[in-house]
Amino acid sequence: MSAEALLSRPAADVAADIVAGRVPRDAALDASLAAMDAANAGPDGLNAVLWTDTPGARADAAALSLDTGDLPLAGIPVAVKDNIATRTMPTTCGSKILEGYVSPFEATVIAKLRAAGAVLPMKTNMDEFAMGSSTENSAWGITRHPLDHTRVPGGSSGGSAAVVAAGVTRIALGSETGGSVRQPAAFCGIVGVKPTYGRVSRHGLVAFASSLDQVGVFGQSVDDAALGLQVIAGADPLDSTSVSVPVPDYRASRESGGDKPLDGVVVGLPEEYWPDSLDARMRELLDRAVQRLIALGADVRKVSLPHTSLAIPVYYIVAPAEASSNLARFDGVRYGLRVEGDGLRGMYEATRSQGFGPEVTRRILLGTYVLSAGYYDAYYKRAMAVRRLIGDDFTKVFASGVHVLFTPTTPTTAFVAGSKKDPYEMYMSDIFTATANLAGVPAMSQPIGRIDGLPVGGQLLASHFDEATMFRVAYALERALGGEAHS
Amino acid sequence: MAVSENDVRHVAALARLGLADDRVQSLVGELNGILAHMDVLQQVDIGGASLDPDATQGMRMREDVPNPIALHRARDEFAPSMRDGFFLVPRLSTHGSTDDEGEG
Repeated sequence: MSAEALLSRPAADVAADIVAGRVPRDAALDASLAAMDAANAGPDGLNAVLWTDTPGARADAAALSLDTGDLPLAGIPVAVKDNIATRTMPTTCGSKILEGYVSPFEATVIAKLRAAGAVLPMKTNMDEFAMGSSTENSAWGITRHPLDHTRVPGGSSGGSAAVVAAGVTRIALGSETGGSVRQPAAFCGIVGVKPTYGRVSRHGLVAFASSLDQVGVFGQSVDDAALGLQVIAGADPLDSTSVSVPVPDYRASRESGGDKPLDGVVVGLPEEYWPDSLDARMRELLDRAVQRLIALGADVRKVSLPHTSLAIPVYYIVAPAEASSNLARFDGVRYGLRVEGDGLRGMYEATRSQGFGPEVTRRILLGTYVLSAGYYDAYYKRAMAVRRLIGDDFTKVFASGVHVLFTPTTPTTAFVAGSKKDPYEMYMSDIFTATANLAGVPAMSQPIGRIDGLPVGGQLLASHFDEATMFRVAYALERALGGEAHS
Repeated sequence: MAVSENDVRHVAALARLGLADDRVQSLVGELNGILAHMDVLQQVDIGGASLDPDATQGMRMREDVPNPIALHRARDEFAPSMRDGFFLVPRLSTHGSTDDEGEG
């Protein structure tokens, strides 16, 4: 089977063929490495991959025990965002302050991928410490959109999105704090999933905003993403915010047939996500998807999440506040960059000001400001109270009988690199995604069509720990749209 | 609640960030531009929502016992400066110099 044919097949099928001996154990890896070489490097490359470990990945493929154990990802290459700790490649978070840093331990999600038979040949580019929506904030250069190199792939997990969209891997890990998987998935025309807060271990995910962060999964298809989440989900004693809730079979509905596979499913359309200002062509694609959902048997109704417009102001208080605390650990003492200065304090200041880029510096200052004496009540405490109202909106809607919500993922398609100069304008890229992080509910983006050749994403959101219903709807919509999702 | 240059210098000091003067001036504009969008939160009727964030709500607590993570590389392989198993930092300026110059 040709490399191209291998990469065009669902990861689950290729893994099954490798287990059965029908495909060589290193064939998918070889195909992925060849695709990476073609897509990534050089002045016209994507610059999506930062670090590689070809020998390690080959050794892992060679060591697979195909006769024993359950290996749903046998021999499947998975790309990993640069803020997830790996022992065999650097973990720099796209930052100069961690240049060359190789973690002495591995993230729980990495251990789970390895146990499932995955091989890990590459780490991917990202906005520094996951702060950004375009992957323009990396210390290692911007990542380009696979379909139009003048545009951004979205962010902050833009490298992972780009390698999946370019066909380098079927599955990649990213991380979500305010939309950093779903937004780049929408921009790049692939599937991106943010699980429920607590569904996946954060152990080994470098902390940005601990009450919002969650590891997410990219897939070329709904099934690839479901398989990836299936492997990494579950409680972890090393993360006390992970929750011990049974992990159902996310792939159970992949072949549910019949004319009305969504019979009995109530889909809500929150009016706040469909503003009059929404691009008319984007609205057409969303309406088409809604008509498909109705045809599939879903009961579609309008609902309201009245505090939606407050999500960005709340997010950009809560997330920088937590970041200002989490990033205090990068001080030149225990690991990473050290720049000598005048005494201990001078060393701290020189290290941090030279190690952090402009956006990270801006957010640390913003976070420190909203937590400082005199401003804590006005900003942070009030933002936390409003955050609760945003969560209550979701609770009420799901309690009313709605199973999933359907919305646009982003207000625009992928924008031109360098076109968003004002920080707050960039922050508004997350307007439809940050609510899920603030409320802790699961959400995902899947392709629903294109405008001028650029992908558009539709977003599904579900109640806490009900990823299974979200995937049920996503599988059905993907099948119903067929090729229209990419045209 | 406009941010001033002094505010920026104050929070930069709290955050242990050294800033050049021209950067301080640009940050005043950037932070004020961002915070202007936050003012809408002051108008929100928060009703019964508590202003006191409850960090432990819904969180599973574990026993307060050490839960060491096995390190696969020695600390001196990634620490900027170590001696005798300790992380070295520059001498505090409040401490007098000794015969042992440099880090201590």
